[in-house]
Amino acid sequence: MRIRLSAAKVHNDFIRKVEEMSGQDLLKCYQCGECSAGCPAAFAMDLLPNQVIRLLQLGEYDTVLQSKTIWLCAACQQCYTRCPKGVDLSRIMEVLRDLLMLEQGDKIVIEKLPAETLAEFPQQAFISGFRKYTA
Amino acid sequence: MRIPYYPGCTLNTKAKGFDRAARQSFAALGIELAELASWNCCGATFPLSRDNLLDLAGPVRNLVSAAAEGDKLAVACSTCFNVLKRSNLVMRNEEDKREKINFFIEADYAGQVEVVHLLEVLRDEVGWDTLAKAVKKDLSALAVAPYYGCMFLRPPREMGFDNHENPQILENFIRALGAQVADYPHRAECCGNYIAAFDLDTTQEMSYLILASARKASADLIVTSCPLCQFNLDRWQQDLAMKHGGFRPIPVLYDSQLLAIALGLDVTPFDLDRHYVDPRPVLAEKGLI
Repeated sequence: MRIRLSAAKVHNDFIRKVEEMSGQDLLKCYQCGECSAGCPAAFAMDLLPNQVIRLLQLGEYDTVLQSKTIWLCAACQQCYTRCPKGVDLSRIMEVLRDLLMLEQGDKIVIEKLPAETLAEFPQQAFISGFRKYTA
Repeated sequence: MRIPYYPGCTLNTKAKGFDRAARQSFAALGIELAELASWNCCGATFPLSRDNLLDLAGPVRNLVSAAAEGDKLAVACSTCFNVLKRSNLVMRNEEDKREKINFFIEADYAGQVEVVHLLEVLRDEVGWDTLAKAVKKDLSALAVAPYYGCMFLRPPREMGFDNHENPQILENFIRALGAQVADYPHRAECCGNYIAAFDLDTTQEMSYLILASARKASADLIVTSCPLCQFNLDRWQQDLAMKHGGFRPIPVLYDSQLLAIALGLDVTPFDLDRHYVDPRPVLAEKGLI
């Protein structure tokens, strides 16, 4: 992928907001890839976890916001636990989801879930699902 | 001995067998799990955005209730355990958040309660040796795969009661009950968690890796202490057997159900018949029910 860099793009308000809300310093990441190696959902992702951070470092947040990856993070904290720099990527994923949903609306709508899902799933799945997929 | 106890939403509804088995087993061991007089759902996930204090109000309200009843709060579900323990650390260590949350829920709480998982109560209050002596059934022919999932151990800096890459508490629990431990590499991988509500295919594949890994280690069944892990691992096994040739379904029990079986309690109230993969044939084959 070819990316044109500019100071304005790298130093943009959206990314500062992500850093502030997540409490994470994106430039701490030196791209070792440990997060992607340990991520149990990486096989289903279009961007790998380390690529999410790299693109944010370069100011390419649109690519990240359009990805499937931010919706497939289960906040299992494997990446954070193994990160040699202590970057909590699940916090970054959460802030990205929240900011996107504040603009575009909820990702799942309870009325649209299939009846068998509503009947079968444990309460915990709905509560955590709505916490993560609605804003 | 009496310990304030937080069941949580799913143990009060879909996972009643988990709750009943915990209360009755602990009663048999001389510990009363005393349900909090007032409690609400913990939120089922710890808020990860720094400015999301509202989602901490629910779990902290439970901690305030617990503080009125004792200095410990015992939790059965590992997700509730994660959320309550992490919320408690916020109240203990982050002064500005503590003030705002206390103001909002009209409380004066500073994180003084110690949040413990039921397995910790077994380890620290009962002791593995005492537990082993209380076992009434012979589980020696049963190979059990311990499943920790994500919430129980991570993040280790906050959960910190066992080694997060090589945890032993479930293994020691299984050994104390006299069963064999099936050692497999996927015991602390995530099952898919709430992704199930959004992308079922991904959740199923995440769960499949865990199930197949446990099967490969010759496990007869899996034990866990999270109702969502239990559901994700249990529910889709027929679909997975169709998709992945040669996969044999494996029952997924709650730790308290296995404890109750080992202690020789009448298993009728523990809803073994409500699991998707019926655990009763293998338990009967090993002479346990």
